[in-house]
Amino acid sequence: MVIAIGFEGSANKLGVGIVKDSVVLANPRITYITPPGEGFMPKETAQHHRQHVLSVLKKALSEAKIQTKDIDVVCYTKGPGMGAPLATVAIVARTVAQLWNKPILGVNHCIGHIEMGRLITGAKNPTVLYVSGGNTQIIAYARKRYRIFGETIDIAVGNCLDRFARVLKISNDPSPGYNIEQLAKKGEKYVPLPYCVKGMDVSFSGILSYMEDRTDNLLKEGYTPEDLCFSLQETIFAMLVETTERALAHCNSSEVLIVGGVGCNLRLQEMMSVMCEERGAKLFATDERFCIDNGVMIAHAGAEMFRSGTIMKWEDSTVTQRYRTDEVETTWRDD
Amino acid sequence: MKDFQLMKQGAEARLYSGTYLGKPTVVKERFVKKYRHKHLDDVLTKERIKAETRAVVRCKAVGINTPVLYLVDFDRRMIFMEQFVHSITLKDFIESNETDVLCNLALIIGKIIGKMHEGNVVHGDLTSSNILLVNLHNRDIFSNIEDLKIVLIDFGLAHTDCSAEDKGVDLYVLERALISTHAVADKIFPKIMEGYVKHYKNGSKEVVCKYEEVRARGRKRTMVG
Repeated sequence: MVIAIGFEGSANKLGVGIVKDSVVLANPRITYITPPGEGFMPKETAQHHRQHVLSVLKKALSEAKIQTKDIDVVCYTKGPGMGAPLATVAIVARTVAQLWNKPILGVNHCIGHIEMGRLITGAKNPTVLYVSGGNTQIIAYARKRYRIFGETIDIAVGNCLDRFARVLKISNDPSPGYNIEQLAKKGEKYVPLPYCVKGMDVSFSGILSYMEDRTDNLLKEGYTPEDLCFSLQETIFAMLVETTERALAHCNSSEVLIVGGVGCNLRLQEMMSVMCEERGAKLFATDERFCIDNGVMIAHAGAEMFRSGTIMKWEDSTVTQRYRTDEVETTWRDD
Repeated sequence: MKDFQLMKQGAEARLYSGTYLGKPTVVKERFVKKYRHKHLDDVLTKERIKAETRAVVRCKAVGINTPVLYLVDFDRRMIFMEQFVHSITLKDFIESNETDVLCNLALIIGKIIGKMHEGNVVHGDLTSSNILLVNLHNRDIFSNIEDLKIVLIDFGLAHTDCSAEDKGVDLYVLERALISTHAVADKIFPKIMEGYVKHYKNGSKEVVCKYEEVRARGRKRTMVG
């Protein structure tokens, strides 16, 4: 039996999760929300995390109904992410680990998403589309690593959506992506936008610049904000589905798993499931509880590492803003 | 289309095999993708059929082996092209051969990609599935490199008249496709680059520079969230 606690705070979400043998005991989370037209900056985000981390931790412990002595391992996000928020949360994880006299494990954030997705959906060996505010990767497992087949060559898909939301001054509450999704449902007219797929890689910066330059004119020409949200979603999601399909065909895989914050967008899930149907594959996706950054994903991935014997020295319990998915050896997978 | 058999469903299209004008033929049908908006689907499909056709013609002109095109039909979204009956993909070849054989082959592949780039064609989706090895004597034996010719296929994402950066991305896409698929990628890819630089004398320096740049972008990008 392994009980693991996980601390996540690589971006604007702060979460603490507790798992006991792959069963979720608690997973509270709090999000730092900025005013419309503004993004979150490292300094203020770190401040937010400092302010709330202890109350979220207390909440997790009381929801899980466990004693700190029952915990086997303390896990935290080592990276990738924003430096200041990562460091803030890592300090708390190191402190409690020493107070409670428990081992500590740094977890790769992307691996956290993948393992969480596999746990919740039961997907065995899926081709993974990992889409969030900072990451856009198409990943498949091979030879003890999660290999990156395709990725964005500039900004992440979520970043593109967030920044477009700022152009239209769309609210960041609960998240800009969610609000774009709701507006897009009412969009009707399709505006042709740049479409940029290079092999299994994608690029979003050109689309964003195009939108930033032309939004005013398009609105004057009679397109509504809803039309623009609709067109943007249709275009960038088509790029994601197409590249995922390429990876799927290349690996002869029959499972697709979508993880990451953008992964809870129902239109993206719908498009992906149509593609899957067309080629006899199966789609696995989760909802906002597990798609969006949370503590349990770190706790679960950490528990898997712990079970397979991974040990981290105290002096290695640092954070890093750059931490590639394929740098981690997946000691817990034997296939 | 009668007498044509569905061969496989690739990422972009369905492939059918049969006989057209007495020749073994592959029909590549870019069927309607229901997941994407109709307007986008129409535009992309047309663009890609054009891109594929253009790139294949240009490749022929500079002496790269590609399938011969027999018929391009926009309305039915189809391209009829030469079928290589006695061929395997580079992907399968890599999995069933020794590293030193692969290194020799990699040099030749590098040379071919160099030649293609010299002719200002960027493939856009270089993977080990999109490189075919064809037996020259119409037999299903692929053990001797001398008996094989290398054929590039699947030019749907290709473009002509391209910059050094496009060519750099082309190499980067190939590198990543190899690393993610094959354990021996770290042995093969440097050999491909060696063959590339050796053949493409006048432009490879700039391209390799851009390739390093693109590579660094992926590796060093700060990733948040």
